[in-house]
Amino acid sequence: MAEMTSTSYQRTMSTRGFYRKHKLVIMPFVFIAPAFAMFAIFVIYPIIQSVALSFTEWQGIGPKRWVGLDNYRELWGDRVFWTSLVNNIYWLVLFLLAPVFGLFVALFLNQTVFGIRLVKSLFFFPFVVSQIVVGLVFAWFYDPAFGLLATILEPLGISFPPILADENLATFGIIVAGLWPQTAYCMILYLTGLNSVNPEMIEAARLDGAKGWRLLVKIVLPQLRAATFIALVVTVIGALRSFDLVAIMTEGGPYNSSNVLAYYMYDNAIFRYRMGYASAIATVLFAIMNVYIIWFLLRLWANEKGAR
Amino acid sequence: MYPRPIQDAPRSRQIMYKVALPISLIIWLLPMIAIVATAGRSLSDLNFGNYWGIPTEWAFVDNFTEVFNSSSIGIYLINSFIITVPSIIGALFLSTLAGAGLALYRFRGRYLILALFIAGNFVPFQILMIPVRQLTLDLGVYDTYWGVILFQIAFQTGFCTFFMRNFIADLPFELVEAARAEGVSEWQILIHVIVPLVRPALAALAVLQFTFIWNDFFWPLILIQSDDLRPITLGLTTLKGQYISSFNLLAAGSLIAALPPVMMFFAMQRHFIAGLTLGASKG
Repeated sequence: MAEMTSTSYQRTMSTRGFYRKHKLVIMPFVFIAPAFAMFAIFVIYPIIQSVALSFTEWQGIGPKRWVGLDNYRELWGDRVFWTSLVNNIYWLVLFLLAPVFGLFVALFLNQTVFGIRLVKSLFFFPFVVSQIVVGLVFAWFYDPAFGLLATILEPLGISFPPILADENLATFGIIVAGLWPQTAYCMILYLTGLNSVNPEMIEAARLDGAKGWRLLVKIVLPQLRAATFIALVVTVIGALRSFDLVAIMTEGGPYNSSNVLAYYMYDNAIFRYRMGYASAIATVLFAIMNVYIIWFLLRLWANEKGAR
Repeated sequence: MYPRPIQDAPRSRQIMYKVALPISLIIWLLPMIAIVATAGRSLSDLNFGNYWGIPTEWAFVDNFTEVFNSSSIGIYLINSFIITVPSIIGALFLSTLAGAGLALYRFRGRYLILALFIAGNFVPFQILMIPVRQLTLDLGVYDTYWGVILFQIAFQTGFCTFFMRNFIADLPFELVEAARAEGVSEWQILIHVIVPLVRPALAALAVLQFTFIWNDFFWPLILIQSDDLRPITLGLTTLKGQYISSFNLLAAGSLIAALPPVMMFFAMQRHFIAGLTLGASKG
């Protein structure tokens, strides 16, 4: 019996010897290759192409003309570009309210009373709804003629400004709409985090007389670091990616006052056929986001090394 | 537990909390309530300027029938499913393979590949837009379902691979070692050891991807031109132009668009939330 097994084993060894010996080297490549090929074709290579395009002038068809840094020089003097960039900074800064609000909503809901599970899911609800729908509803709320806010405020004698038609207010109107689902997202991250807070540490701190704000900042928040980290990452990326709400609520108007880099890029490519210039805008946005992407990767790398 | 359980608080505060909870919920959900209420508002109410007051009658059935009859929303809905379902299957298939490849073997460059998958997932869509549009034109899939599906598979594979890799790396590695010692082939290990264990991760990713792809607006906007191929997010912009003053119909359309991911979320809540924490809640 033992002899048979060993001969059949040896036969396998000789016919499939190379594979057997190297399967731990070959298999990972077989497993990873399809996913990596797709990702390389549709994501990695297009990034390189876009950066290359930003040094050319191209209408989408016909020949590309190399123009060096001309597109970037033009950006430097383009007022709409600067407006969009400043608006992106507003998005970024104000979106950071989402983790803060999210934390407070999570603290408010982290109780065990009747029906709380349903309440938590309903609070999370906005995140599941398409941004297009969110944009449509907030546009109704803001409408100066028949919107909800105007309807409520006018009888009180407060004249409600036409937010989305006002150059100084449009961006903020859109950001408020964006904060609604983003806060829901951060809330769920913090609710999950609060689940794994160490109750003994909390009790010990309470016995030492810590309470309220001090307890939150010194004992609870450090334990929520993982949740805070993810909340910050998804919020920053979400803010810089803002496109859908701008597209549905104002299309960047009035007079480009609510434009953002993502939408201005799209505008240049699709409506003005300026592929090279649009790519330059995309490259700038990409460079800004890379700061956060690299920060995120370094943090993950540190965790990975810490785990080993 | 933090904050302190409300049951330990004085009776007056408990009552306050129980009153505050539903009130805050209503304020928070006001936009959704507005959609539902508007979707049921009759045309005569709108004509009389009764946009936000108490409706004189409910017209849900009329409005929904009207939307389906006077717009292509039925086609948009079907298109959304046609795009979403194959995209999820493709991304899950590729990322299960790649996640296993990255988690089960030690080789040079594995962290670099993982980093590329993660980083690619966070790039702005605009840096991909022009070349991807060109690529679909070259492949002959521009303005077809396949253009969007192929892109979604490729792009979502980044996030899914990250998630699967972390999940598989946390599984007890002894199972794989034991199977290898028994002479089980690597494919068999993947199919019979790994896949049964990653089912919860697959479920989490499937629900999450369903909402991501269903709600995506940008890629169909870039890669689809024909009205009869549009998914519902894009279809809503058509409806917005069509129903300029019929808010009740536009609201009904929005409600229809929002319903599938919402139902998915409520059906598979636990999985959904596990997915959202990026599989890194412990880190």
